[in-house]
Amino acid sequence: MHKIWLIIQREYTTRVSNKRFLLITFLMPLLMVGFLFGSAYLSSTGTEHRKIAVVDPNGFIKTSIKNTNQIEFLFPENIDTNNYSQKGFTDILILPHFEKNSKADYILRSKKSMGLMLQNSISEKINAAIEDQMLQEAGIHQNVLDSIHKASQFAELKAYEDKGGNVSKESNAGLAMGIGYASGFLIYLTLLIYGTMVMRGVMEEKTNRIAEVIISSVKPFELMSGKIIGIGAVGLTQFAMWIILITGLTSVGMGLLPADLQHQVSSLQQSNGQMAGAGMAQASESAMRIYNMQHTIATANWPLILSCFIFYFLGGYLFYSALFAAVGSVVNEDPQDAQSLMFPITMPIIFSYIITNMVTQNPNTPLAFWASMIPFSSPLVMMARVAYGVPSAVSYWELALSMSLLIGGFLFTTWLSGKIYRTGILMYGKKVNWKTMIKWAFTKQS
Amino acid sequence: MDPILSLQGLKKYYATQKAVDDISFDIQKGSIFGLLGPNGAGKTTLLRMITGIFYPDEGNIILDGKAFNPTEDIAKIGYMPEERGMYKKMKIGEQALYLAQLKGLSKAEATEKIKYWFRKLEMETWWNKKVEDLSKGMSQKLQFVITVLHEPKLIILDEPFSGLDPVNANLIKDEIFGLAKNGSTIIFSTHRMEQVEEICDHIVLVNLGKKILDGTVQEIKQQFKENIFSIETDQIDSITDNPIFSIIKKEGQKVFVKINDGNNSNQVLGHLIHNNNRIIAYNEVLPSLNDIFIKLVETTHATTRAFQNL
Repeated sequence: MHKIWLIIQREYTTRVSNKRFLLITFLMPLLMVGFLFGSAYLSSTGTEHRKIAVVDPNGFIKTSIKNTNQIEFLFPENIDTNNYSQKGFTDILILPHFEKNSKADYILRSKKSMGLMLQNSISEKINAAIEDQMLQEAGIHQNVLDSIHKASQFAELKAYEDKGGNVSKESNAGLAMGIGYASGFLIYLTLLIYGTMVMRGVMEEKTNRIAEVIISSVKPFELMSGKIIGIGAVGLTQFAMWIILITGLTSVGMGLLPADLQHQVSSLQQSNGQMAGAGMAQASESAMRIYNMQHTIATANWPLILSCFIFYFLGGYLFYSALFAAVGSVVNEDPQDAQSLMFPITMPIIFSYIITNMVTQNPNTPLAFWASMIPFSSPLVMMARVAYGVPSAVSYWELALSMSLLIGGFLFTTWLSGKIYRTGILMYGKKVNWKTMIKWAFTKQS
Repeated sequence: MDPILSLQGLKKYYATQKAVDDISFDIQKGSIFGLLGPNGAGKTTLLRMITGIFYPDEGNIILDGKAFNPTEDIAKIGYMPEERGMYKKMKIGEQALYLAQLKGLSKAEATEKIKYWFRKLEMETWWNKKVEDLSKGMSQKLQFVITVLHEPKLIILDEPFSGLDPVNANLIKDEIFGLAKNGSTIIFSTHRMEQVEEICDHIVLVNLGKKILDGTVQEIKQQFKENIFSIETDQIDSITDNPIFSIIKKEGQKVFVKINDGNNSNQVLGHLIHNNNRIIAYNEVLPSLNDIFIKLVETTHATTRAFQNL
C-alpha cells in the first residue's frame, strides 16, 4: 500500500509540475471567461453606430420607426446613393413605392459591410414600423399601440415541473440541454485526453525499459493502478482548478462591468426580474441579459449535477483508462501499433458522444435509456439525461443501476487489463493484436 | 556454509515452449555466481522467477533458508535486468530516490545512501541532471548504483557490462568484488565468457531450459581438458609426431601437442629431453570457457530453440 502511494505521488507530481499542464489549466478558464465578458462588453457598448439615411417618399415609416442607440434612422432631404456618405451617413435605405398586401424589396446600400445580426435587426424594425402603420390605418390609436408593445415584451415562457403536491420547480430545457451537452463534451474530451495519457505513460515505461526494474520491486498491478489513480487525480485537480478559476474570474469580470450596468443588474436581482414600467425601460438590454443568465443558471440543481459529473468522469475514466493501459503495455516502439490497437477503444467513446448529442434533445428515448445503462456509453449519455433533472427525467433506480453497472464495468476492465498488462509490459519485440490480448487475459499466466 | 539460494526442480512452461525445464542448483553465500547460456536458453525466465516477477509452475525457491516470498523478500534482492532503463525526463537524484523508496527504504535512508554511492563513483554533480543528458555508460553506472543501493543480500546482474568502456567496466567490476567481500552474493548472467572466467567462482550453464553444466571454473576446465600442452622452444622444427604425442599446430616458438592415450605429461618432457630439445616453457593448455560453451551448446543441438507445441 505504501508503494502504490509512492507511484501515485510520482505520477501526480511529474504531471502537475509540467509546464503544459499549468498552461492549459490557467489559460482555458481565462479564455472562456474572457470570451464571455468580451462579447457581453462589445454588445453592451455597441461600438458600431449606424446612421441610416432613409429615402421614404411616402413618409410611410417616418413616424413609427424606432431608433436604438446602435441604429439611427434619419429622413434628410435631397439625399441619394451618390452623396449619402459625404453627408455623414453610414448607409442609405431606399423604400420602394409601397403597395398594400404585397412584398417589396427594400434596398440598403452601405460603404461598410453589415453583419447578419444588424441586418436582421434593421429588417425587424422596418417590418414592425410597417405593421404599426397598418394598424394605425386600421384605426388603432398610437397610444394604445405603444402600451400593447410594452406589455407584450413582458411575456416569457416559464415552464414548471409538477413534483406532486404544491411543489413545483422552474425548469429550463435550454439550460438542461446546455449542461448535458457541455458535460458530455467535457467527459468525452477528458476520457480521450487522460486515457491516452495513461497509455503513453505505460508505453514510456515499457520503451524506456524501466518497467522491469520497477516490477522487481512492486507488483505489475500496483504499477498499473498507481499510474491510473495518479493521472485521474491530475484530471480532478484540473477540473477543480477550472471551477475555482471560472467562478473567481466571473466575479472579477462582473466587477469590471460599467457601474450603471452593475447597478441595473443588482436592482433586477432585488426585484426578482420584475420592474415597474419606468425602471424596466431604464434597464438596458445587456443588464437584462446578464440577469437572465444568472437567473437561469441558478435554476439548475448544481450539487447533483456536479456530484454526478465527478462520479461519471471518474467511473468513465477508470473504465477506459484500464483498457488504454492494456494497449500501452503491449505496444513496442512503433506508435503506429498504438493507433490501430486504440481504435476499438476510441470508437465507443466517439459513438457515445454522437448519442449524447441526440440525447440532449430527447432525454427519454429507449436509445437514451440503454446508452445510459451500458458502461461503455453511460458516462457521457447519463450526464446528458441527469441535466434534465432527477427524478423527473431519470428515476432514482435508473441512476443507481447505471452507477452500479459502471462500477462493475471498471472493476471488470481493470481486472482484464491487469492480466494483459503484466504479460505485455515485459514482452519485447512481439507484435500483439486484440485476439492475443484476450487470450492472455483468460489463460493462466505467471 | 548454507547456500543463500537454492533452486529445486524449477519449471516454467509457456504456451509454446518449455522456458525452464527442471533446473536445480545452489548458490553459496558470498560467492560470485555465473549463470550462462545462449540467447533464449531460459536465463531471463529463471532470473524473473528468482526475483519474484514470475511464479514457477513447479519447484521451490529457498532464499536464506526459508521458502521465497516475493512480497517480503523483494527488499533482499537487487535486480538489474537486461532490458533496463530510466525515466528520461526525471531528475537523476529524484529518480534514484524514487526507486530506492520502492525497494522499501525510507526517504532519509535512501538520500543518505545515494549520496554515499554518488560520492564513491564520482557522480555527485549528476543529482539535478536528467537521464536523457547521460551517455549510455553513465546511465549504466546509475543503474548499478540503484541496484545495490538498498544493500541486498542477493544481487542479480544481467549483462552488467554491456555498453561500458573498459575504465567504467573495471570500476564496476571492483565494486562487484567489494560487495562480494562484504558478504553479498552476486548472480552474474551473461554470455561473455572472458568476464566469467575473470569474475565468477561458480558457474551453471543452461541451454534449452535445462542445466547442462554446474561447477567451479577450475573444476569445469579440468573436466573438459583435452591433454593439450604447449612447448616453447627455439628448435621448433626438430619436434615431430611420435608415439607419445601428436602435434596440433606450430605458432612462432610454440608447439601445441596432444598427449596420446596411455601417456602422461612427464613422458612428453622425457621424450623432449632425450631428443635434446631446448625447452623454454612447458604448460598445460586448459580449454577456455568459451570453447566449452560453444562445444556444449552445439552438441545440445539447436542454438536458437525451435518452438514446440505442448
